[in-house]
Amino acid sequence: MRRLTQLITALGLVAVAAMAYAGGPLEGVTEKQATNWHAIIMFCIFVTMTMGITYWAASRTKSTADFYTAGGGITGFQNGLAIAGDYMSAATLLGLTAMVYGQGYDGYIYMLAFFAGWPVILFLMAERLRNLGKFTFSDITAYRLDQGKVRTMAAISSLTVVCFYLIAQMVGAGQLIKLLFGLDYNVAIFAVGILMMVYVTFGGMVATTWVQIIKACMLLAGGTLVMFLAFGQFGFSFQTLVEKATAVHKLGPKLMFPGSLLADPVTAISLGLGLMFGTAGLPHILMRFFTVTDAKEARKSVLYASGFVAYFFNVIFIMGLCGILIVGQNPEFFEGGVVGAKMIGGGNMVAMHLAKAVGGNMLLGFLAAVAFATILAVVSGLALAGASAISHDIYARVIMKGQASEATEIRVSKIATICLGAVAIVLGILFEKQNIAFMVGLAFGVAAAANFPVLILSMYWKGLTTRGALFGGYGGLVSAVLFVVFSKSVWVDVLHNAAPLFPYTQPALFAMPIAFLLAYIFSKTDTSVRAGKEIEAFEDQYVRAQTGYGAESASKH
Amino acid sequence: MSSAMYERMRANPKFQELVARRGRFAWTLAFIVLTMFYGFVMVVAFNPASLGQPLSEGSMLTVGVVVELFMFIFFWALTAVYVRRANTEFDSLTQEIVKEAWKENK
Repeated sequence: MRRLTQLITALGLVAVAAMAYAGGPLEGVTEKQATNWHAIIMFCIFVTMTMGITYWAASRTKSTADFYTAGGGITGFQNGLAIAGDYMSAATLLGLTAMVYGQGYDGYIYMLAFFAGWPVILFLMAERLRNLGKFTFSDITAYRLDQGKVRTMAAISSLTVVCFYLIAQMVGAGQLIKLLFGLDYNVAIFAVGILMMVYVTFGGMVATTWVQIIKACMLLAGGTLVMFLAFGQFGFSFQTLVEKATAVHKLGPKLMFPGSLLADPVTAISLGLGLMFGTAGLPHILMRFFTVTDAKEARKSVLYASGFVAYFFNVIFIMGLCGILIVGQNPEFFEGGVVGAKMIGGGNMVAMHLAKAVGGNMLLGFLAAVAFATILAVVSGLALAGASAISHDIYARVIMKGQASEATEIRVSKIATICLGAVAIVLGILFEKQNIAFMVGLAFGVAAAANFPVLILSMYWKGLTTRGALFGGYGGLVSAVLFVVFSKSVWVDVLHNAAPLFPYTQPALFAMPIAFLLAYIFSKTDTSVRAGKEIEAFEDQYVRAQTGYGAESASKH
Repeated sequence: MSSAMYERMRANPKFQELVARRGRFAWTLAFIVLTMFYGFVMVVAFNPASLGQPLSEGSMLTVGVVVELFMFIFFWALTAVYVRRANTEFDSLTQEIVKEAWKENK
């Protein structure tokens, strides 16, 4: 555990600015641009393709296993692409390119920080997740504990994470689409909400996964093409590229030096904690580990996913450097036609402008369509994770105590998806003018403080009891939410109070220890008979986690 | 899926061997990744200038870029090493353990 803490400190130091950049499209209201027909046509092609897949997937989605986890029949390679797709959001493409453009080498450091968590997740978590889980991660936390209470707790915190994340994605989508497609904000919100409902209710996890796979391929192809066209202008010589870039960039030779990393160490560390352990506690990412046949395929999916992510980050590095010369020196991309003035559409548009400069409107349209598809894919995954928490955990296991038929369980999850879609549309419209940058931090904070501690303890610590899990889980959830409400981003920026009650904007550094401590204390002091049985049951769970014997197998088609 | 099966597997010395070997391997790799990454970040924090040095006189390729590119490749190679060993050696050991438990069952 100490080594982990060290990593977190390290990650924290580098993560702050990354979030600041990646959060770009979420802050403030963007200008509506002229209608971009290339982008709209290409997006329509994407939608037609994915609708075809959804139609096909609907015929294969019969059981609950099909609906939640695609019957466990996704291969490691496909799942790797889907995980990479979940990880490489629109914010990654736009935000990180903009960061290399503005800060040079710093951007490269941040990308390594985002990447370095994956091998650790593989070595320490992937196998146990697959061997113990079925549909949701509550299957693992509730494995030997009180089903009703622990599942309710896990479902509440999952839904909290999903809702905050959905708001962030919806508002970001509306602003970005307004900017890239020239569509009205509300039209964009409805388009995202309705398409998501169709994918998930008809196609379940099969369709959601394929939407994610297609989008990941488009993103990889689009990024690679832009990089090739741009890098080709410098004869594919890194030497020439950097020589020219440092000559014109305002940082000069400092472009290739590490820059302003240590702004506020506490916030930085806290954010780093939230990012890394939040990723390992996000319900829609965890769900991906249950869609593969066995632990073998689960490991392979991390191998492929991290390979794609590492490759793409290096592509982005080159794209950002090329942007300095191709976009940064072209008056066409600046307001008023003055190089160095405010960039048209905001600083996050470097990748888009670069696409236009090297490939014209066609390539710009393609990349814009990819950005839209990216948001759609992430939103679908979130909705499915939220719906499964409602139907599998709360309805089937808590209310019906495992007695619900598969058909009704699927019906409940479809109704839940439609409700979540409606909620997402309403919240998206309500929050249009709000600064919702804090929502992503909050979603990661809650995932890191409420989901992750109970999950990791249930897999690694024999002594965890129901009482400990409940206090840890609820304690983490409540403290993460309160820390954010009392911080500057809500208390001052949204509620307009004079000064924040809590000085830091990131909750993880403070809420995670609270969760771990509560789980430890209330497990240790739990002397009930049931607690004794739960501790005994760890032995069997441990053998299953290690061998996969008794793990859910793929359903036959 | 009975408890008796788990009991038998746990009693098998091969199970202890599997857990010990895989645990040691996974933690060693995790330790390598964390130390290298952490070490790198310490350099970024306390000696940033060293990373901006060119690899050779007049070259635009800096130490920092090379080190980082190396880490991207090396970390990924470590995941490949882990996946390969886990999917062959550890998985066949696991299968043996399950099979032996089944035999005793009959």
